[in-house]
Amino acid sequence: MTRFNAWNVIKNGLNGQSGWSRQWRDPEPKSNYDVIIVGGGLHGLATAFYLAKNHNIKNVAVLEKGWIGGGNAGRNTTIVRSNYMMPGNHEFYEHSLKLWENLSHELNYNVMFSQRAHVSLFHSPGARDSAARRYNVMRLHGTDAELWDIKTLKKKIPHLNYDDSRFPILGAAVQRRAGNARHDAVAWGYARAADSLGVDILQNCEVTGITRKNGSIESIQTSRGTIKGKKVGFAVAGNTSVLWQMAELGNLPIESHKLQAFVTESIKPLLDQVVVYGVGGAHFYISQSDKGSMVFGGDLDWYKSYAQRGNLPIVQDSAEAAMAILPCLGRIRLLRHWAGVMDMTMDGSFFICKTPISNLYLNAGWNYGGFKASPASGWYFADLIANENPHNYVHNHNLERFEKGINIDERGAGPDPKLHG
Amino acid sequence: MIRINCPYCGERDHSEFSYGGDASIKYPSLEASEKEWTEAIFFRKNIRGFQIETWHHSNGCRMWLEVERSTVTHEIKSVRPCHPDLQKVVENNK
Repeated sequence: MTRFNAWNVIKNGLNGQSGWSRQWRDPEPKSNYDVIIVGGGLHGLATAFYLAKNHNIKNVAVLEKGWIGGGNAGRNTTIVRSNYMMPGNHEFYEHSLKLWENLSHELNYNVMFSQRAHVSLFHSPGARDSAARRYNVMRLHGTDAELWDIKTLKKKIPHLNYDDSRFPILGAAVQRRAGNARHDAVAWGYARAADSLGVDILQNCEVTGITRKNGSIESIQTSRGTIKGKKVGFAVAGNTSVLWQMAELGNLPIESHKLQAFVTESIKPLLDQVVVYGVGGAHFYISQSDKGSMVFGGDLDWYKSYAQRGNLPIVQDSAEAAMAILPCLGRIRLLRHWAGVMDMTMDGSFFICKTPISNLYLNAGWNYGGFKASPASGWYFADLIANENPHNYVHNHNLERFEKGINIDERGAGPDPKLHG
Repeated sequence: MIRINCPYCGERDHSEFSYGGDASIKYPSLEASEKEWTEAIFFRKNIRGFQIETWHHSNGCRMWLEVERSTVTHEIKSVRPCHPDLQKVVENNK
């Protein structure tokens, strides 16, 4: 694989771009691997990369039923932040953000990470106090966080709707190091970097059956033949329950819900930050892509579903929220909207844990937060698979936490998955 | 848009309703073990295909309904009241 550097860019600029090689191979499945990762999304690819990079485990296969970047990797609004408060979560997401900051160099692939600031508006004194509490916790743990008063906010983003008498803007909680990245580039970057370390990325390879023997997984049947692995990791958020039941493991604290995202036509630079607006039960976040499109999203579709398409009432809700906070968008046209299937969990937090099967490891339950978590998710899942011992940051992110009463409920919404948006 | 045929009001858009969740859950007795209660409150089958679920006609007759719906195609097979006595009344009036 040709590395990206200034010398190669100049050289290939002069020879008609003929010197570049394939980004990753398309190998035939081997019959045996040290580790099989089911799911070639961002988390699966990142896990394979860190297994090879951090733990020198290179005989690894990533099984993907479709193509790389075709699932939730390409169905998100690309927001990266680390404004979490619960023990375990804030350390985890902060480490993820630190990995993002160096990811393009680490992967030798430009993931277009842009730390443009995440601006979360508040509209009442109570919301301001709550934001201040959360952001003070972040500062105590060494994460950057600040509150912007209305004067600062008006200077930074002059075209928000400051005249709304129902939900007046009082200020914003801001994380400056947060921002966006190019989602496809992250998938391709991890795939390319993992492949160059020897990982086999097997696309169009759907798992159709799981054979268990003496309490462990013996082999996995796929649409490209039977594959054996000493260890198996599931990283298939959205469809975790389906695979879990294929392994005859019963129920999970997960429901699959769908979340929509929207892209408009391209316009000149309008919004330099990620803006979040959440009032009266609504939930809305918007940023502008490097191509100029406004990228935004809102609430879940509110009913359980595995369909990768969204419903119309949420299109209307999101459009109303867009008009409420940025009325200047009134005449912009929507180009595309789509839905991704989320693992919504009973407390809104994820799972990186061991399972009742001795050689099976679970990475699941990413709710709204899968994209930003990708680097740390891969890092700690690889660590768990290699070392068998969950790291301190994730040692409570297991399936037993509900029975023990140590739920990691960032939102305090209780055991109803659709409320953890 | 999913259209739900409410046995009291007729066919309406799903935006008139609120989604409840899995209607197959049976709570154990108060004396049951913590394991059983954890299973009932936190663990779900999360069916990919037809499942029985509850919907509340919150912007209509405000009755709770049991809906048999596919979680893949959103096709609805049947709708009936949640309460078994009301189910009988609706059946008899058909």
